[in-house]
Amino acid sequence: MSSKGHAPDKSSGGKQSSKQDAGNAAYQDKSWLLSVYQEMCYFRRFEERVLQAYTTQKFAGFCHVHIGQEGLCLGVQKALRPTDYMISGYRSHTQAIAKGIPGQQVFAELFGKATGCSKGNGGSMHMFSKEHRFLGGHGIVGGQVPLAAGVGFAINYEKKDDIIVCYIGDAATNQGQFHEALNMAATWNLPCLFIIENNRYGMGTDIKRTTSIDHLWKRALAFDMDHGQVDAMNIQKTHEFVSNVVANIRKTKRPYLLDAICYRYKGHSVSDPGLYRTKEEMAEWMAKDPIIQLGDFLKKNKMATEEELKALDKKGKERARADEDWADEQPIPPEDQVWQNVYAD
Amino acid sequence: MAILTYREALGRAMTEEMARDPKIFLMGEEVAQYNGAYKVSKGMLDRFGPERVIDSPISEGGFAGLGVGAAMAGLRPIIEMMTWNFGIQAYDQIINHAAKMLYMSAGQFNVPIVFRGPNGAAHMLAAQHSQTVEGMLTQVPGLKVVTSCNPADGYGLLKSSIRDNNPVIFLESEMMYAMKGEVPDEEHLIPLGVGSIKREGQHVTLIAWAKMVSRAMDCAEQLAEQGIECEVIDPRCLRPLDEEMIFNSVRKTHRIVIIEEAYQAASVGSYIAEQVQRFCFDELDAPVMRVANEFVPMPYAENLEHRVLPEVDRIIPVIKQVLYMD
Repeated sequence: MSSKGHAPDKSSGGKQSSKQDAGNAAYQDKSWLLSVYQEMCYFRRFEERVLQAYTTQKFAGFCHVHIGQEGLCLGVQKALRPTDYMISGYRSHTQAIAKGIPGQQVFAELFGKATGCSKGNGGSMHMFSKEHRFLGGHGIVGGQVPLAAGVGFAINYEKKDDIIVCYIGDAATNQGQFHEALNMAATWNLPCLFIIENNRYGMGTDIKRTTSIDHLWKRALAFDMDHGQVDAMNIQKTHEFVSNVVANIRKTKRPYLLDAICYRYKGHSVSDPGLYRTKEEMAEWMAKDPIIQLGDFLKKNKMATEEELKALDKKGKERARADEDWADEQPIPPEDQVWQNVYAD
Repeated sequence: MAILTYREALGRAMTEEMARDPKIFLMGEEVAQYNGAYKVSKGMLDRFGPERVIDSPISEGGFAGLGVGAAMAGLRPIIEMMTWNFGIQAYDQIINHAAKMLYMSAGQFNVPIVFRGPNGAAHMLAAQHSQTVEGMLTQVPGLKVVTSCNPADGYGLLKSSIRDNNPVIFLESEMMYAMKGEVPDEEHLIPLGVGSIKREGQHVTLIAWAKMVSRAMDCAEQLAEQGIECEVIDPRCLRPLDEEMIFNSVRKTHRIVIIEEAYQAASVGSYIAEQVQRFCFDELDAPVMRVANEFVPMPYAENLEHRVLPEVDRIIPVIKQVLYMD
């Protein structure tokens, strides 16, 4: 699948431009590729453990996992600085980890433990870290988009050159607040990278059934906003594409809407049997799996053997297990936490 | 003391606070070049420039959320709603985001923000422009809800609201913007959560806030001619609520009438009634009585609007009832 992007056009300050195939200049650095391969494996294994823990009733609430979408999460993260901000929706366990929150704290949060990254006040949908500038995990579809515009506003107000990445589900692009926020970001040149994690389904509804346009990047046209589309099943293409976009936002302050084409292998939430998708469709996407794609690249270019890749996956698996084991041992929150942090002093 | 209008007092409060703290900005519809739909922000664009006094698009949910995000990143926004009826568009950001951020993040992200604007009926604005919002917003943990009934209180309470580290709902009134009153020349802050006794009396307590305070004062004036001394108390902040002031007044008068521009069910008044019967049960010489809006959408015609609102002619009979005068 080629990346049909509208890359930032240097000559016109970043408006639409000719298509580019970011894959032609894919990142070739072996150690970088091996490290992201291992991290993707870790994220996959982490979410698999989360799923297992949920289905065996080790925790409750809602649980939305990211399996299949690891390439986007890491491809974006590697293009950012630590001082950049990130905000997301309810499917954000591994984004939180990528942004710097230790996986064990994310697991502890899922278990409602006192040492979770939100001390057991948030759960699956509400991971937070002020230290790592991860501004949540939000459960109201599209509600995080104006918040991102506000962070962009604050960055400009304080004359900083950070940016904010705002993840949005494909179906959230039909929320009014999404449009309101994009209009403000474009009008005021707020340094926001809005990324549509376009896995094509809003819960169980095919986006085509609820949306009048064929490509979600077209939402940007209404705001004269820079935009593009990327094959987010391929981490190399994603990373290169997003790196260019981020550099351009930093330089120009112009916001950007990225339509990141990806696929979630599991249901919307763990309780979703996924009856609205065909086996053929799923098989077609799973053949483009981001981990398999990168693994094939590494093998083809003699950067790693199958055994070496397996060893990296094993490391990821062990790390995820260690996260869960740590979370298992953590204390539950003290009861008086109920009354804390309702109001700030 | 200077005599200021309510709008001037609020403008002075914002101006002083913005001069003190560069992290404060004002955003809303028509707040900058137009000088505010009700001229509360008059002169602020000239004083602080377009980086800090910002005309928003007509996107209440959007710019309320922008304020919340900016607050999470360290700024201290004042978000003006041209009216709270439009502010209802922003309930998602206020209720689901601003109010819950500190708690969801276990204390990591507080949201120091003021959402302010006129609340309640003005004059013949009909159903979509005459609502009060305090009933619902006091039900949301994480929000503070502040009202005021005169320029001095508005000034002192708005300054404290801006300095508060939480989301504060600051409720004004179109009917009060031209009201004149003395405002201290020197800086003056009124702590949130402390009520005010507007008139002392020993026969019956009238509790009211915002523009209902002047209704209560009118009733007290009229009844004083008949030898009845009403104590008029204004809690000012509805969350946190100065319950001690209310209980102390009831312990003194043994009778209370709650006057509110809202619907009776699940309102601030119903909460106060419950608290009074629970904590002052033995003190009461009459049932707790209430006067509120009729439970209908606001009609347009002048006579019908008066009939719906708690007016003096509807309040006085209720006061007489708790005094067993009928």
